[in-house]
Amino acid sequence: MLVQRPKLTFWERLYLPQVLQGLWQTLSHIPRKKFTRQYPEEKPPLYGKYRGAPELVRDPDGRVKCVACQLCEFVCPPKAIRVVPGFRKEGASDASVEKEPSDFIINMNRCIFCGFCEEVCPEEAIFLLRDFSVSGYSREEMQFHKDKLLELGGVREDKIQKWKNK
Amino acid sequence: MTFLDTLFWFLSIAMLLSGVGVIASRSPVTSAMFLVMLFVFMAGLFALLEAFFLAAIQVLVYAGAVMVLFLFVIMLLDVRASQQRRVKLLAVFGGVAVAGALAWELILILQQPVRPLAGSDTNLHGGLEAVVKPLFANYMLPFEVTALLLLVAMVGVVLLSKRDME
Amino acid sequence: MEFVVITMAKIAVMLGVLLTVVAYTVWLERKVCAWMQDRVGPNRVGPFGLLQPLADGLKMMLKEDVLPRHITDKALYTLGPLMAMVPALVTAGAIPWGSQLPLFGRQIQCVVANLNAAVLVVFATSSFAVYGIVLAGWASNSKYPFLGGVRSSAQMISYEVCLALSVVPVFMQIGSLSLCHMVEYQTHHTWMIFMPWQWPSFLIFIISAFAETNRTPFDLPEAEQELVAGYNTEYSSMKFSMFFLGEYAAMFVMSAMMVTLFFGGWSLPFAPFNRPATTLWIGLAHVAIFLAKILVFLFLYIWIRWTIPRVRYDQLMALGWKIFIPLTIVNIVFVGIVLALWGGR
Repeated sequence: MLVQRPKLTFWERLYLPQVLQGLWQTLSHIPRKKFTRQYPEEKPPLYGKYRGAPELVRDPDGRVKCVACQLCEFVCPPKAIRVVPGFRKEGASDASVEKEPSDFIINMNRCIFCGFCEEVCPEEAIFLLRDFSVSGYSREEMQFHKDKLLELGGVREDKIQKWKNK
Repeated sequence: MTFLDTLFWFLSIAMLLSGVGVIASRSPVTSAMFLVMLFVFMAGLFALLEAFFLAAIQVLVYAGAVMVLFLFVIMLLDVRASQQRRVKLLAVFGGVAVAGALAWELILILQQPVRPLAGSDTNLHGGLEAVVKPLFANYMLPFEVTALLLLVAMVGVVLLSKRDME
Repeated sequence: MEFVVITMAKIAVMLGVLLTVVAYTVWLERKVCAWMQDRVGPNRVGPFGLLQPLADGLKMMLKEDVLPRHITDKALYTLGPLMAMVPALVTAGAIPWGSQLPLFGRQIQCVVANLNAAVLVVFATSSFAVYGIVLAGWASNSKYPFLGGVRSSAQMISYEVCLALSVVPVFMQIGSLSLCHMVEYQTHHTWMIFMPWQWPSFLIFIISAFAETNRTPFDLPEAEQELVAGYNTEYSSMKFSMFFLGEYAAMFVMSAMMVTLFFGGWSLPFAPFNRPATTLWIGLAHVAIFLAKILVFLFLYIWIRWTIPRVRYDQLMALGWKIFIPLTIVNIVFVGIVLALWGGR
């Protein structure tokens, strides 16, 4: 395709009026309201379905929802999740569930916040919650273990308790 | 030895050393940089004679423009070919002969007694008038003819470089 | 001996002031850029981020000085940043920073070297800056720096011609090449900028100055989109920051030239600022006026950088050779006629 170049008038070809116009444009922005958010003091507003770091949740009775099926480990694209399966305590109220993770490690250095783990979870035990600023001073520190993930996730207030009466 | 004498000897020796550097260094770019240094020291010598105009022009034209063009050309050429050149016997003899002739000439000139320039003024005004007056008053015609010669050369270069395109 | 001591002191003070102003120009650049883009800019280090230059300098010094393996000519590689910075600092010595300071019973001239051919010396030393870029480009031994070096050598040679030719009308009117005489003339008459026949000279000078200092819209040697970072791609740590300082020092010197040639240097058009100072305070006020005027031009540099996009390389060369050089020559003849008819001197 042949692009038709517009015919420029003398003042347009001189380039200077446009330059002055541009200079006025930038100058007029100097006193305007600034959009900068002073981050560490001023947090950004997070909206309803915000997807931050993946975390483990408990049900309203305080039981670990995860049953160590390892589907999330399987689906995780960057292979950031590792589940060490174990058994629930004999005689506990949730003993009928049989399995629980004895450790659940998410490598936050590798996690890409895709949410596949949340989607694949049959127990609704892992959710991408509202923590977006995961940082640490060492690689070791960035391996989030079960206790930390459960603490971050907290209790999920919903009615889904598949194993309650079984 | 006064301060100015020290400066004179420093500048002259530095100039000679950088002159040696020009012919001794293998890389053409290094040679060119030594030549630039030589011009700067020479400008320093002019400045010692209070010919600031000449010093400034020396740096502006030779070091600032001509040598940049030299560098430009050297950079666009293949440098490796000239770094691996062999010393040719004929070239050595020729060089020694020319250098000898120059040295002989220099000795002849230096043997003559030093006399001040005719009509030389102690106040040179930075050498500006001393340079410009003869050019535009006493030797107007040769000056203009030289300018014309340069113009002819320039037109010739343009003509030669455009001939390939046809 | 006394002369040497005074000159050394002058050089020390001048370099101190120059480098401080240069460091804060970087701060100003970041602030103004941020404001123009509706941002806040550096505001964490000190009040209004005023200690940012110190933090930047410290960071630069503590960084690792990486020497890429493909660099064969270390001497030239090191010479590059030196040549980029030193000429700009030397040039500042020929510019009158003020009238005079009556200090310890002496009249101290506020210029390091009061040369007769000061303007030419300024152009001569500032033309050395191109070596820094060319050598850096060549010694880096990789393609993008090399392209940047080649571009800048052609660009700077072209615009040096315009730069020098564009101020010839000013010399013609004053009849001297000394910068001190220029300021003196403007204190007696009026500033060059108030003489309409000098306007074309000023316009060409300021545009050429932008091209000579490699600032937007003529920052082709370091066009990020095409050349990574141009000639300074392979440099790190202090060597990089020397390029950085060199660029801003060159801006400072060019602004100082504009102020001295067209805007009356240290003077203001009313007493007691239109004649050499008699007391220390007025002398210092002259220096402050000079720096304030320079600040206006530094702001202009920054303002234009964050407004105008980069020109194409062929446009740059065409502007230099096909428009500016003929225009400057016509301008010299035109001003010559004006001065001959109305006797501007």
